[in-house]
Formats: sequence, structure tokens, C-alpha cells
Amino acid sequence: MTLDAKIPGGPLSEKWDRYRFDLKLVNPANKRKFEILVVGTGLAGASAAASLGELGYHVKNFCIQDSPRRAHSIAAQGGINAAKNYPNDGDSIWRLFYDTVKGGDFRSREANVYRLAQISNQIIDQCVAQGVPFARDYGGQLANRSFGGAQVSRTFYARGQTGQQLLLGAYSALSRQIAQGRVTLFPRREMLDLVVKEGRARGIIVRNLVTGALERHGADAVVLATGGYGNVYFLSTNAMASNVTAAWRAHRRGALFANPCFTQIHPTCIPVHGDYQSKLTLMSESLRNDGRVWVPKTPGDTRAPRDIPESERDYYLERKYPSFGNLVPRDVASRNAKSVCDEGKGVGDTGLAVYLDFSDALKRDGRPVIEKKYGNLFQMYEKITAENPYQVPMRIYPAVHYTMGGLWVDYNLMSTIDGLFVLGEANFSDHGANRLGASALMQGLADGYFILPATIGGYLAGTPLAAISETDEAFRHAEDDCQRKTERLLAVKGRRTVDDFHRHLGRILWDYCGMSRQNEGLEKARGMIGELRAAFWEEVTVPGSAGSFNQSLERAGRVADFLEFAELLVIDARARQESCGCHFNEVYQTAENEALRDDEQFCHVAAWAYAGENAPPQFHREPLVFENVALSQRSYK
Amino acid sequence: MSNKKPLNLTLKVWRQEGTDRRGRLETYKARGISPDASFLEMLDVVNEGLTLAGKDPIAFDHDCREGICGMCGAVVNGRAHGPQRGTTLCQLHMRHFSDGDTVVIEPWRARAFKIVKDLAVDRGALDRIIQAGGYISVNTGAAPEANALPVPQAAADQAFDAAACIGCGACVAACPNAAAMLFTGAKIAHLALLPQGRPEAARRALAMVAAMDGQGFGNCTNEAECEATCPKEISLVNIARMNREFLKAALVSEER
Repeated sequence: MTLDAKIPGGPLSEKWDRYRFDLKLVNPANKRKFEILVVGTGLAGASAAASLGELGYHVKNFCIQDSPRRAHSIAAQGGINAAKNYPNDGDSIWRLFYDTVKGGDFRSREANVYRLAQISNQIIDQCVAQGVPFARDYGGQLANRSFGGAQVSRTFYARGQTGQQLLLGAYSALSRQIAQGRVTLFPRREMLDLVVKEGRARGIIVRNLVTGALERHGADAVVLATGGYGNVYFLSTNAMASNVTAAWRAHRRGALFANPCFTQIHPTCIPVHGDYQSKLTLMSESLRNDGRVWVPKTPGDTRAPRDIPESERDYYLERKYPSFGNLVPRDVASRNAKSVCDEGKGVGDTGLAVYLDFSDALKRDGRPVIEKKYGNLFQMYEKITAENPYQVPMRIYPAVHYTMGGLWVDYNLMSTIDGLFVLGEANFSDHGANRLGASALMQGLADGYFILPATIGGYLAGTPLAAISETDEAFRHAEDDCQRKTERLLAVKGRRTVDDFHRHLGRILWDYCGMSRQNEGLEKARGMIGELRAAFWEEVTVPGSAGSFNQSLERAGRVADFLEFAELLVIDARARQESCGCHFNEVYQTAENEALRDDEQFCHVAAWAYAGENAPPQFHREPLVFENVALSQRSYK
Repeated sequence: MSNKKPLNLTLKVWRQEGTDRRGRLETYKARGISPDASFLEMLDVVNEGLTLAGKDPIAFDHDCREGICGMCGAVVNGRAHGPQRGTTLCQLHMRHFSDGDTVVIEPWRARAFKIVKDLAVDRGALDRIIQAGGYISVNTGAAPEANALPVPQAAADQAFDAAACIGCGACVAACPNAAAMLFTGAKIAHLALLPQGRPEAARRALAMVAAMDGQGFGNCTNEAECEATCPKEISLVNIARMNREFLKAALVSEER
């Protein structure tokens, strides 16, 4: 298979405009004849469904929760980037583009990232018009703050709840289309399979989570906005229901999966504290604007933080990276936290934590200022840990947070299956090997509000699509597959719970395919995952029945898919014999322990094709071409 | 993190197999619970035990477990989201309970919220209130430059305070009339406080209040239980703002 990313010609800054002009259009009167399925109601899904509805398409929108407003985009805290340059500090579309490409360690597509930076400004306009209550200064103008990997202030925010406010904006636009009858909402539905007919995505099978019934939905195009797969690690900052199933099922039907080993470990999370723990909680990167990261200089120093004098503290990020300091990109901050803990300088009961200290900022700005910026985050920290961060430094440690990998898409956001579009975190396109803070919200909304509504029209206008019936053979086959998988899960009747397997899988990945990777470890992990998957199908117990509200069955199906997907993740990590961004193979590092890329051999997207239950996946390569930026060793010193 | 002793608790949990089935309280033991565990993690531990014992685990809605998605919620010892102020159930930690406590756990109860199973309820009625008018009618691409319309900081802050609602439904569960006034008021206020929201303010207030009544929610009798229980501490002032918007709309607007 040749992977054609369909990147338009012409100068970088004109590609998107020219391309949009070249795209075929669907006549306004014909739009209502097209049925489009949008799976997911996060920033990407809700904004896409709403925008497609506004254009006049007939849209069905599915979500796993009881309401579209609950999608996990809601938990994003810190902010959304845009190249508005309101602070007049030298920002531009080009700089946002450059920072994003560099932050991703030169493993993303220039054309996609440039388009993202161009659209960033329109997103802010759109959200403000919807009534998103962004932070403002006394003159009533929008306020900005700084985020990691950038030396300009370009992040727009709504206290520590930016994701919530942006999602509620998209949800309100979606609600308006639902009221107008252009979007039909299907809550508490989980997509279990993709229906492909004659090489084109023509529908999905969903399980009604209340009744347990399998439902068939046919359409002219399918849009997946189903988020990332961070929960493959069991403990992550993702919501409990976040999963890989929709993407994995599409992969099994022919969609290539790109760069699955690019998993972002976020540096500032509340540390793990018990084996009953179900998830990890992020403390926004924006805290690094005012918080200083440090550990004691002496390994094994167990004194209370306040008793450790300045001279015996190591502000290691400020020391090693004087120009970016505490605002280095996430991968760099995470790796450094791990290495100081590996040296025995970690703090807290487990020794797996570093301090994030606000005492200087509190002295400088006073508590009211800090409270206004981060009040809800401090409160959340205190609720979870019973410690007051106004008085003692926070203890933080990296945790799995975001996945840059995802289904491969071309410039149209279309996967290798015609008519299957993939948006937001579910696709792989814009963040390379490391995503910068405040860029996920930007990408989700760029994809949903502005890119997909243009490119899907080109597909629909240019493709002859026969009518599709939900009684078609392809639907029956897909539904039978889902039915069989469910029956199989219920029939095992073993003695280990689903969570037990999931926790075990997460441990394998965290130990061998986490912040730091080695070839032997990856090979070992691959074997362990295979064994665990075999054990799952012999020992798992799933109570209840298929025809009812059954949360254990839901989880079992997701974990079964994670067990297949995890192997691909490890294979991809093993195949990429370089270090880049979040992917750190210990063999490939500079004298200063920074990631060492191999641009000769690995300046590409690794896209994997499914080859069957027990067959190794097939590798495909999309070379990355950099015409506008020079590949360089990232330096944040 | 504290190093307190593990807790042993007696749970009385509402079990109901489906919407039209009869429910009852059942008693379970929760043993060896870490005080640092969240309330939902305590339920996870109990459910693991029920699963291994071949019994049906307790169904409950939850997702982000960070107090922001609004998916979780149950009435704990008579209080929606439990005893701690300004806290969702997922952010309530077991250190607020004592060894030997009996904890009664029930679903939200309101005419407009049907029980799906056990502690999970259908809150679709809240979505339908938003669909009636909880938005600003602006199509994608039709927005002017963001800083063209300054918004006074105080108005932006107040709008944010109202917009912080997570739609969990605790206000309805806490209200003796099962009213959704705080929920509806918060959305009406959020948009009415912003200049972008003014053009549709009258139509929005009338439509959303009508939808609220139509969905089977009760009326406000100033009990203020909603404000006391709201995990995001949404102020009662928003109900006053809603009433003002509604009265203006009903009496003097073009939309009446």
C-alpha cells in the first residue's frame, strides 16, 4: 500500500486556502440527502456534528455517556493556544507552527501543523461568540498565559477549566442542531464495529448500553472522534470509559494505525498512592508558570520540604534548562522527574514524586492572585491528598495523559478506509512525537469546526455512493461478530475480574513501554502481553447478561481490545530504533541524556495494517518531508 | 497522604434491576478500605468482591473521576454527593468516614430522572432544557474577531461562575420539589451576563423555563438545598437572575 497523504502543493501558507478552493462542493439542497455518523461528542465530535448540522447534512451523533456534555475533553484544564499575538510578544502563525513542529520533535506533517496554526485564531473567535467565558483583563480584553515549549504567551484560558468551557460551547452548538432536528443524538451507545462495504465505510454497529441491544446505523460517511487510548496503561489521567475499541475495530476493518508508541506521559500529576487506585489526576501544566520544581540535593533526604534550606534544593529544570526553566515541554519534564527519582532524590512515601512549590509565587503575587489563576486546581489537590498546597509544596509525578498516535489520516482527515474520517486525539496527525500543552483543544476544535466540514464535502461530492440498507449482508456480518465476541466474553466464567487483567496489562506497559524503553524490555513485554491475553480468554469472569445494563461487560470488551492493541503499541516502540519526543529508547540518547533522533532512518510515520488474529501487523511508511523548517536537535537550554 | 488505619464499613445500597422494577436496599460489607481511597474506589473494591462471589456488581455512573464531567452522583446518608461541601462523589475521600460507619447509598430521586439501574439515572431531561435555548445562535465561521467585543471582567467572572455547572443533577436530587431551577438558572445567567448572549436573552428565558416545566421538574420554594449541595457551589443568585430574565421577557419583550 502506498500512503498518499494528499498534501496539496504550493507554498505552505497557501496550501489550505488553495485546497479548499479545489475541493468539490455539495450543493446546499443536496446536503440533506447525505447521512453522516459522528461517533463521540468531545471537542472534535461535538464541533463536527454541530457544524455538519449547520451546513444541512443529516447527522447522527453517538456518545458513550448519558449526555454529550460529559466527554473527556471536559477535563482539560490549562488552556487553548492561538496565534493571536494579543500580548505583542512576537507570536505569529509561523511561530505557533514552528513551536508545534519542534515540540513534536519533527515527527509531524508540516502542512497539517501549519493549517492547525492558521485555524487557531478562528477557533478563539468562534468560542467567544458562543459565550465561552475566557479569562479577561480589566479592560475587558482576552487574557493570555504561558505554557510549556513556548516563549510567548498564547494560551487562552477559563480558570483551570478551559476544556469544560470549550466543550460546553460545542455542546451548546450541538444542542441547537439537535433542537432543529438536523442532528439526532444517541446517548449511552458504544460503537463496537465499523461496517465496510465495497471498500467504503458505510455504517457502524453500536451497543445500546441501557438495553444491551445491538443497533445498525448506515450512512454515507463515518466520523470517529473517539479520543485516545491512554487507558491501555490502566492508570492514566483519562476518564474511566475512554478506550480504544472504536479505533481498534476500525483498524481491524482496514484502517492503518499510526505511531501507536507515541504516548505522552504528563509531568505534573498527583502521584500513585495505593493499589485500589482507579485513575490518576492531572495538575495542569499551567501551574509550571508559577510553581518551581525541585528535589532535595541529597538522595534519601526525608526532611519536611520547609526544613530543607535553599542551598540544599535542586531546582533541576531551572538548572539544566535556563532559558525555558520550568516550562520545558512535557516529555523533557517527565524524563527529568524520573531520572531524579531514579537517583534516589524523589520525595514522599514512595520516593516517586518531586515538589512543585508555589511559595515564591505566593510571596511575590500574594494569595488572591494565585487563587484566581489556579484556585480550583489547588482545591482539587487538597481534596485528593488532604494537603494544602498554599502551605506545603505539591508532590507530583508523571502519568500517562495523551496519545499522539492514532488512526492514520490524510490531509482530509480521512483514514485508509474511504469515507472513514478520524478527528481529534483519535487520529495521529498533528503532534508528532510529543504534544505541547494547550494544543489538544486547539486540534480537536480545528478538526471539528473547520477542517472536516470542508473536506467531507469533497469526499461526498466526488464519490458515487449507492444507497445502503441496514439489512445488508455487511451489517449482518458485523453484528454477528459483535454478538459472538459478547457471548464469548460471558462464556469464559473464570475466576479473575476484568479490572485485574487491566491493571496487570497497565503494569507491563508502564514498566517496559513507559517513559523510558529498552529493546529487551519491549520484547519481554510483547511476550507477557500475549500470555496475558491468552489468560484473559481462559480466566476472566464477566457477570450478568448481554441483554441488560452491564458495566462489567462493557469494560470486558474494552479490555479485550486493549489486550490486542497493546501488542501493536509495543511492536511499534520496538521498531522505532531512535529516540524522539516521548519515545525514549535508552540506547539512543545524547551525552546530556536528551532524545537522539535518527532522521536518516526514522523521519517517517509508522503506519500499521492489521493482518489477522495471530499474524504480525504489516508495516507501512509515510516519509515526512520538511521543506520549511530545518531539522535540528531540540534544545530548551 | 495520611497513614490512617483501613476502614470497615456497612453499606446499604439501593438495588434496582431496571426502570420498571421494584428496588430495595441491600446490605454489604466494605472491608479494608484505605482512607485515601475515593468513594467510587471504595465501590470498586466492593464490586470486585461481588463479582468474584458471583453476584451482580452495583451499577453506578462515573467517568472522569476528577469532579468535572458530572457523570457520577448518589445520595449518601441523605446528602447528594455526600457530606463534604462543594465536592462531587468521585472527589469525596474515605478519610471523611470513620471505621464502623453505616453508609446509605441511593440514586438521585426525581420524577424527571428515571432510574436506569441501581444508582444510575437518566438525566436526559437536563439536555432537553439546554436544547430549548441554552446556546447562542452562531454558526461556525460566522464569528467576529474575538477582541472586537470587550466584556467587562466582572461580567466575565460572574458568567464563568454560572457556567461552571457540571450538569450532575445534584440540585434536583436535593430539592424537596425536585426542581431544576439552579441548573436552568445557571445557564440562563451565564449567557445573559455576556453581551453576546443578550440578543436572544428573552427568547431563551421563556423557552428554557417552559422546557423545565415540561420535563416534569418542580417549582422553587426557596429551600436553597440546591445551592448547599452543588458540588460547584453555583450561587442561588442565578435563580434570581433567571426570574428577572423570565419576568422581563414575559412582560415587556417582543417574544412574550
